[in-house]
Amino acid sequence: MSKNLTRRGALKTGAGAGAALATPTIFTGAAWAQESGFTNAPTGDTVTLGFNVPQSGPYADEGADELRAFELAVEHLNGEGDGGMLSTFSEQNLDGTGILGKRVEYVTGDTQTKSDAARASAQGMIQRDGAVMISGGSSSGVAVAVQALAQEAGVIFMAGLTHSNDTTGKDRKANGFRHFFNSYMSGAALAPILADRYGTDRRAYHLTADYNWGYTTEEAITSSTEALGWDTVATVRTPLTQTDFSSYIAPVLGSGADVLVLNHYGGNMVNSLTNAVQFGLRQQEANGKQFEIVVPLYSELMARGAGENIAGILGSQNWDWKLENELGDRYSGTNAFVQSFGRKYGFPPSQAAHTCYVQTLLYADAVTRAGSFQPCAVVEALEGFEFDGLGNGPTLYRAADHQCFKDVVVVRGKENPENEFDLVEIVEVTPVEQVTYPPDHPQFAGGDLGSCNNGA
Amino acid sequence: MDGIILQLFDGLSKGSAYALIALGLTLIFGTLGVVNFAHGALFMLGAFCAVLLSQLLTISHTVVDESRTDFLGNPMQVDIPYVVEWFGEAAGNAIIDWSVPLAILFAIPVMLLIGFAMERGLIRHFYKRPHADQILVTFGLAIVLQEIIKYFYGANPIPTPAPDAFSGSFDLGAVLGFDPFTIIYPYWRLIYFVFALIIIAGVFAFLQFTTFGMVVRAGMADRETVGILGIDIDKRFTVMFGIAAAVAGLAGVMYTPINSPNYHMGMDFLVISFVVVVVGGMGSLGGAVLAGFVLGVLESLASLNAVIELIPGINQVVIYLAAVLILLTRPRGLMGRKGVMED
Repeated sequence: MSKNLTRRGALKTGAGAGAALATPTIFTGAAWAQESGFTNAPTGDTVTLGFNVPQSGPYADEGADELRAFELAVEHLNGEGDGGMLSTFSEQNLDGTGILGKRVEYVTGDTQTKSDAARASAQGMIQRDGAVMISGGSSSGVAVAVQALAQEAGVIFMAGLTHSNDTTGKDRKANGFRHFFNSYMSGAALAPILADRYGTDRRAYHLTADYNWGYTTEEAITSSTEALGWDTVATVRTPLTQTDFSSYIAPVLGSGADVLVLNHYGGNMVNSLTNAVQFGLRQQEANGKQFEIVVPLYSELMARGAGENIAGILGSQNWDWKLENELGDRYSGTNAFVQSFGRKYGFPPSQAAHTCYVQTLLYADAVTRAGSFQPCAVVEALEGFEFDGLGNGPTLYRAADHQCFKDVVVVRGKENPENEFDLVEIVEVTPVEQVTYPPDHPQFAGGDLGSCNNGA
Repeated sequence: MDGIILQLFDGLSKGSAYALIALGLTLIFGTLGVVNFAHGALFMLGAFCAVLLSQLLTISHTVVDESRTDFLGNPMQVDIPYVVEWFGEAAGNAIIDWSVPLAILFAIPVMLLIGFAMERGLIRHFYKRPHADQILVTFGLAIVLQEIIKYFYGANPIPTPAPDAFSGSFDLGAVLGFDPFTIIYPYWRLIYFVFALIIIAGVFAFLQFTTFGMVVRAGMADRETVGILGIDIDKRFTVMFGIAAAVAGLAGVMYTPINSPNYHMGMDFLVISFVVVVVGGMGSLGGAVLAGFVLGVLESLASLNAVIELIPGINQVVIYLAAVLILLTRPRGLMGRKGVMED
């Protein structure tokens, strides 16, 4: 400490600094926003993005993969690395000079896969770090909570992995955008393939995780399979904290069902599927047919946890790293991303990583086309935006609900996987027309985008 | 009827895990008077002994296979486990396949050592402290242990399957005279139940029929008098802590084929194990075992669809409801005795 600084002086300085720090930054932020017209307008030669992913808790591995993708996207936007999908993206606005000439920097937060923790970390990134956009996440509860916060605060939210209908349904917000597919699309993509493989005279038993995503997925799968002639024998809710599902699997045996649908994700999915296979469901016949298990939402990371139990089980995905190799140019961008991710990290990216990478590029491109970081300008640039070359084929960001519409990948667990990254095989890709629905579809009813918020 | 029988069996296998964990908890509580919130973490560490052994057995060297390519288009690198190279294809793969049963042998010394280290290094400094301090320190320890495991193994579950010979299920209904395919039960869960019975019997026999056990029981009943007789009861209690850790660890090892282990699995069992201990009667080993099986069976029966239709949501609360009812009618639990742990 300087010898000129007296104890009294130090106390005064400390008190002053303390008072300044204690002032809620939302006030200073609002004042700043008024000057520039929107929250966290970048003033220097950098722009800060906030990546809010689960870094602890049960989805930490998925969060880590999202973070890898974000780092890669930032590298590519700043002109480092091999550029990844910048060269395949149908819009050639991004040239590796950052966004609007500003170098991209980022801060990260830990959602812990808890809505309140996710909101707190997003709020910190907006108020403390000056993030102008928030992205990431691995749960619909978190996505809905952070999206609402972004709307209030006047920043853009580019959702990560969130599959519940509600994110772009009843909880949709003008400042929020989802690239990932949803429960309805899983149902619409899976149902025809289920009917084709397993027939139209089937009786399904649903085990559903007792929370929002579980409900919307159950509703989506039951309505699409019933439309094709299937019966729903029972829908049973299972607690989110359940680890041993045996007592829920056992009643399936005597229920007259011949298909078990597991509306579970993450650890729930790993455990319920493992238990179902242990009970020999897949070796049995019911109603004169082979018993089948369906997992509507697949995740490569979860498939790894379930090991050999996923063999032969059908499900749906937003994207798969083998798409371009197996189905050709329509899915261009896939290989570019896989190559640059694989070279940097040594293994192929997950669909969570893909959606986060793409969302970052889409945001950067929208800002570039709008010529401004102002949220309402970005919203306008993204609404109704049609693009290609980001791995999913031609895609539309629909203006009415901020949901991306693109093909859906139907996959099946491999019988003999060669390694831990090659666990699923692509069965078919359901074209976008078959998974498109009107914005006021009953499964998405009750939502209102409202108007975009610049935060000023 | 077949559904009820199936749930009874399922409840017994569930109860096996509860009983084993609660048995260890009670051993520690009964001997040392410590409320060990790190006991779930010991269960988890046991499971990760199985994961570690399976990794050790599959330590490999890589060979480049020019005929195949990896996802980046480079020549495929194939891992060949040393065990397979040393013992030949059939024997090597059989050793890897049997890694979970082999892990029992591996886990016993490891868990005993962990138990001794925990007791000597940390817990013994808290014997004379209030229960609240013990709870805080052991709960903190549990979090540290699970974060260490997460650091090395990640947050995702790690598949650790049973040997192929036991990985399927069998038609119990056909054996009992029911229609085929009505009561199917996985082999491994039955093995888990039998294993639990053997361990429980072993612990009881050890306490009942050995001099060491007799001294420990005497110490549990009246620690001071045993001390006055010139017996170093502390040393014996340290051994009991090690044994309790080993019991929890073995329960964890054998549990890995039922649900793929992850860093959080101990916490999932912790609360329920305490309920089991309290319902059984604090400090009562027999009570812990009985309550473990009773609550396991109740949990399974409450998941019958007919029961859920009758009382929606009962499956999620049945254990706690039963605990409330039992404690209201028998405040000391099923087998708790007056004067034990009531100072």
